Parts: sequence; structure tokens; C-alpha cells
Amino acid sequence: RQDVLVLTPWLAPIVWEGTFSRDILNAQYLQKNLVTGVVAFAVEKYVQFTEGFMRSANKYFLAGHHVNFYLFTDCPEKISRLQMAPENDLFVIPVQNDPRWQDTPRSRMAMLSSYIHRQFQHEVDYLYCLDIDVQLLAHIGVEIIDTLVATISSWQVTPQHEDRASETRPGSQPAIPKGQGDFHYTASFYGGSVAEVYKLIQACSEGLMEDRENGIEAQWHHESHLNRYLQHHKPTRLLSPEYYWDTEL
Amino acid sequence: RRQDVLTVTPWLAPIVWEGTFNPEILDSAYRPLNLTIGVTAFAVGKYTRFVRRFLESAERHFMRGFQVNYYIFTDSPQSIPRAQLQPGRRLVTVPIQKYSSWQEISMRRMEAINQHVAQVSHREVQYLFCLDIDMVFHNPWGPETLGDTVAAIHPGYFNVPREQFPYERRSSSAAFIPEGEGDFYYGGAVFGGLVKKVYEFTKTCHMTILADKANGIVAAWQEESHLNRHFLSHKPSKVLSPEYIWDDRKPKPPEIRLIRFSTVNKNYKEIRN
Repeated sequence: RQDVLVLTPWLAPIVWEGTFSRDILNAQYLQKNLVTGVVAFAVEKYVQFTEGFMRSANKYFLAGHHVNFYLFTDCPEKISRLQMAPENDLFVIPVQNDPRWQDTPRSRMAMLSSYIHRQFQHEVDYLYCLDIDVQLLAHIGVEIIDTLVATISSWQVTPQHEDRASETRPGSQPAIPKGQGDFHYTASFYGGSVAEVYKLIQACSEGLMEDRENGIEAQWHHESHLNRYLQHHKPTRLLSPEYYWDTEL
Repeated sequence: RRQDVLTVTPWLAPIVWEGTFNPEILDSAYRPLNLTIGVTAFAVGKYTRFVRRFLESAERHFMRGFQVNYYIFTDSPQSIPRAQLQPGRRLVTVPIQKYSSWQEISMRRMEAINQHVAQVSHREVQYLFCLDIDMVFHNPWGPETLGDTVAAIHPGYFNVPREQFPYERRSSSAAFIPEGEGDFYYGGAVFGGLVKKVYEFTKTCHMTILADKANGIVAAWQEESHLNRHFLSHKPSKVLSPEYIWDDRKPKPPEIRLIRFSTVNKNYKEIRN
């Protein structure tokens, strides 16, 4: 690929169609006998997306490899009837409904952190967090497997929307001064080794807690904290916007 | 940004060229980790004469601002010059036994490095580079080179089709690579990675070298052939361009913008025996 940037200035590959051989990567993945987990939250009105998400994920997400799907939901009865691909496992994790929408990212992070520590780290090597309101349209394979992986937000690709990308309220924790941020990452698809994801979730959770104590709500909640963390802990691999597309564009 | 060369392998390992990375970003990511980088180099027989230039140039260009341990493996510790080193950097002489021929010395390197890692360096360094001593640093070699397993593209074969790679082609050798296979031809003068990974692959290479020895066969380019066989089945997580392993006898092509580490011109007949 000559038309796009395939390597960041800190030598992390940017994954685009045409930059990799899935065969070679599959062979490497199998050689190491790895297990990958996916975390998604199906809470309140987002429960309606679960079936579509799971159908497409079963078909396209690391197809042929063993994947553990961890679904946090406040409607466990609706979820348990999902059909899974034979190589995949579904774990339904019931959660309490949170009355204030703004609280959700913080309590989610705290809950996720606790589950990673208590359970997930013993079951998977790599863990990915996905928004439930997406449908996978094409194969997402082992090219995503690396230590700390983030997806470039499609906002980066369309220049006129650049302003929305950075947190502009000073005083809120995640403020990244303009000109210093290079890539903007979406909170809809990120992950990595279970150890790195745990560190990331912890940091975001603490950041969100601090903001709340100061009475600040970061504009894009979790995404702002995610981006701040990734500014200081550079991802080892980036997924191009091919891996997520915000239909709001 | 480089458009004239391949900068990512098909298994998504970066290929490090001048212009692909920002040294400041990498320095700010790696310096806080308080790492110690190890370097092994073999100065056996007449090769001790290369140590001074190697060390002096390394002090100027290799991993500036990092702690470095130079492990010089030699059969004559007394011939190793006492060099002036920057703070945080030390020279350690590792005595090894004299072997009968230069081929034997070359073949025993994997074993020596492996044993030394097990006994000493795993406790002292996080990353280890294994370099040839008869070479000199001309330009910066920094944390852009750090990775789990690191190999370098041989300067003689980076622009050449894979059928011409001098892999070991006899199927009776443990280093055999059949026609039609192969990603790159890696040079034996530069390899490295996390100390644990270096331990693992030096052991594997030593085993395949011994297997060949038991079958009465010596691979075409000795340990370099075995290294290439290993990196074909266990692909390196980072690949260094020939900037990091140059041969001064070659004319510099346009793809090579910067020569960081290259051979010292020498008379092979005089040196080897």
C-alpha cells in the first residue's frame, strides 16, 4: 500500500487491507496456542443490538479461532439464547442498571477491571473491547492481535471534522494540547494483551473517577481518557479506520 | 515516511529505515524504562585488534543515553584494551576457550552466547544484541532497534530475488530452506531481542548446528544459515534495514540514506589463520 501511512513514527504498524498476509499470521497465532476474549456491554436500549452483533461476530471475528465472548448485560434472559459458533464460548455477565447515563463509563470501567483481575486474565491471552452497536461486515482476523492495539477513529480521515477530535475544555483531565496529539482513537474497538488492557482500563477508570470528583464530565467520556492514555502509552499496533466506521459520518 | 522501500513485513513487523521513525518519540518511550542493553561480540585470535574501534564508535553512536554492558568474548582477555566509557556503561570480558579454526569459533558462538545468557546476562540486561566485532558504528543506533526478536537484512541481498538468497540448499542439513521459500536473507553479524528470546533462539540454532555436525555437514554460511532457517519458521518481530549491517565494500544505493554500522576493511587471509 503506497497510498496510506502503514507505520507510525514509533514503528507501530498500521493495519490496512493489503499490508499483511493472514495466512502467515494465522500460522503464528496457532503456533502460540492463544485464546482471545471480546468484551461488550449490552445495557438498556443497547440490548437490541446484541443479536446482530453476535451473529456478525461469530461469522467474522477471528473466524476459526477460539474466542470467549464476555457480554455484560442487564437483560441476561434475552441474551442467553444466542447461537454461538462451535469454537466460541459465551459468558453472560449480569449487571445492575445505572440510573444516570453519565455514570455508565466509570462504573463499566471499574466492573471490567474487576472481572479482568478475577476471571478474564486466567481465561484469555488477549482481550478486545467492542461497542455492541456495530455489525462486522468483513473478516477481522489475527492481524489485530498484539500487545496494545487501538483503532484510528474515522474522524482522522475526514479533515473537516478534526475539531471534534480533541477534548477542548481545559481543567478536564484528558485535555491534549492541539498540535501534540497525532492520532485520534475510537473507544469502540481497542484491546491487546490482558495485562496491557487491564492497565489501560485502570487508568481510564481512575481518570473518570477524578473527573467526577471535580464535577467535570469529559465531552466524550471514556474516549477522551482512552486517547490521553494512548498518548503516553503508545499502541504497538494501530488498526486503520477500515476496522471501524462511524456511520454518523 | 518512506515510499521507496518496504517498511512493514507481511507479518506486520516494522522494517526500520531512516525516515520511518521519530527518534524523540522512541527515546521518550524507552528512556523511562531504565533499561540496560547488552552487546555480545567475539574477539578471538587476531580479531582483538578490532575491539578498540568497535567500542569507541559504540560509545559515540550506540544507544546513547542508555545503560550498556559490552560483553566481549575472547580467548585472550589480556589483549582487550581498557576503554574509556560513558557513565552507566561497562565492559565485561568473557573468556572462552581457543578453538582450532575460525569456522569452529564461528559455529560455537551460539552456544557461548546461550550459556552466557543463562549464567550472567539474563540478570543484567533486558535486551541483548549480538554483533560482529570487525565493524564500526558511523551513525546513531537507538531504541528504534528494540524488539522481542530482531534480525537485520544482509546488505548483499536486500534488492535481490529470493531464488538468489544463499540459503543452505542441501536437504540433509538442518538449516535447509527449499527453493520458493524465504522472506529475507538475514545477516549473521547482527541479531538480538529480549534476553529471554535470544536465549531461546541461540539454543535452537546451537541444536541445529550440532545436528548437522553429527551428520558430518557444515551449512553454507555456518551459523548465518541456521539463523535464516530459524527466522523463517519463527519470524522476527522487528527487522532492521541494511543501514544497520552494511558492507563498506559495496557502493551505496539510493535506498540507503544512512549507514549506521558497517564492516571494517580487512585482509581476510591475514586475519583468519
